[in-house]
Amino acid sequence: MPLVEVDQLSHQYPGKLALANVCFNIERGSFHALLGPNGAGKSTLFALISRLFRVQQGDIRVNGHSLKQAPAALLGEIGMVFQQSTLDMDLSVQQNLDYHACLHGMAGKLRKQRIEAELQRVEMLDARNQKVRALNGGHRRRVEIARALVHQPSLLLLDEATVGLDPQTRASLNQHVRSLCDQQGVTVLWSTHLIEEIQPQDPVTLLHQGQVRANACAAEICRQNAVESLVEAFTLLTSPAQKQAAQPSESGINA
Amino acid sequence: MKLSGYVTAFNGILKREALRFVHQRSRFFSSMVRPLLWLAVFAAGFRAALGISIIEPYSTYITYEVYIAPGLIAMILLFNAMQSSLSMVYDREMGSMRILLMSPLPRWYLLLSKLAASTIVAIPQVYAFLAIAWLFEVEPPAPGFLWVLPAVILAGVMLGAIGLFISSFIRQLENFAGVMNFVIFPMFFMSSALYPLWKMQESSEWLYWLCSVNPFTFGVELIRFALYGKFNGEALAVVSGCLLLFTVLAVLVFNPERGQIGKKPSKPG
Repeated sequence: MPLVEVDQLSHQYPGKLALANVCFNIERGSFHALLGPNGAGKSTLFALISRLFRVQQGDIRVNGHSLKQAPAALLGEIGMVFQQSTLDMDLSVQQNLDYHACLHGMAGKLRKQRIEAELQRVEMLDARNQKVRALNGGHRRRVEIARALVHQPSLLLLDEATVGLDPQTRASLNQHVRSLCDQQGVTVLWSTHLIEEIQPQDPVTLLHQGQVRANACAAEICRQNAVESLVEAFTLLTSPAQKQAAQPSESGINA
Repeated sequence: MKLSGYVTAFNGILKREALRFVHQRSRFFSSMVRPLLWLAVFAAGFRAALGISIIEPYSTYITYEVYIAPGLIAMILLFNAMQSSLSMVYDREMGSMRILLMSPLPRWYLLLSKLAASTIVAIPQVYAFLAIAWLFEVEPPAPGFLWVLPAVILAGVMLGAIGLFISSFIRQLENFAGVMNFVIFPMFFMSSALYPLWKMQESSEWLYWLCSVNPFTFGVELIRFALYGKFNGEALAVVSGCLLLFTVLAVLVFNPERGQIGKKPSKPG
């Protein structure tokens, strides 16, 4: 049974359809990429999963908890790193994590243990008393990842988490999150528009204009579109000719 | 989640509000300067011009400084509440509100906790003001310092709920300052904070009517009576009713999408 099931999800802004019948699954322990150009609907999808937006149509289930029927249980299953930093700049690293842990109702002793463990995991334990304002962009992202994992969620969501970082830091962050999947079994949904962040074996959901245009592993998408690289497949699937494309089946693409 | 989880979450919100307040020392001083200016300068000027007769809860003639002190306490709460609402609009735009809203606790509880926490943070300001006001011969009975506490909390949370309700309609931070000019000043001036309502009635009947329906008036009177060890049932009922009404309305209309809707079509991901 997949960890995440996105089922017939649609969302409309005034005058614009942001998501149209989006369906895909995420397997446990996988690094799943949500690929799409700006305006594809990735952030909207994240806002829906995290209950920041109300679901208008369809449903999302994480670890069996439905967003419609058990939203509180679902929120306990997810940790999120937003596109824009949501850390409090005037508070220390530890205080930021402590606030988050409190919001998840974690008791004092457990809170302390979990914060230390997560800061250790992202190699930021020495910086726990530093104010966030004093950290560089890459370290802030690490702190956000640690915060997202403090309450031990089964799914880590990262919404274009590498935006604004230099290439070296971006690669390092990507590598770090992959190690969380490989070594610690964390399931990751990694949203990006940067194709170089995706590896051939990664499961990919390609979103364009609110529709799923491809849903398979990166190498499979290339094979099915008879192209050499994911860049070519991305260009092909997000070209104007694809505008009227219909929703694909779960396993494949509709190029 | 268990009850202890709710308590932990509230403690976390309160701790964050307190830490933010400590880090913004200028906020404390500006919150003190404003009412003290009114007390030291404005009240001194009006003292001669405006005589106050014996009115409840006072049992003797009082100076103008004594009269406006409860109104200035309410002013501290009003500015604090509006600043808290402003920070909610800011947090919503900047994204840190998302961390609060992603808690598995009910949204109404989170918002109410934030309101209560920001009011609790204002309490030291109120007592610091009362301590300085003592130098201006504002000398309520000693138990009044204790009795005023629940009144301050109740009035503060009510004003916070009104601020939150208003901020729910603000899409962008820039619009908020303008709205505040239409909220803070009319609310303060059209109340019993600066002059008793009977004086207002003498000069303008419709203004008197407006002051009589202003929730801020009842907040001021609740604090005034409590400070002098008296109970004002009408003020308590109105403040409690408004607290409930505006909290329910604020939770109902609160929509985190509001700050995002304007952005999404042009810059979504």
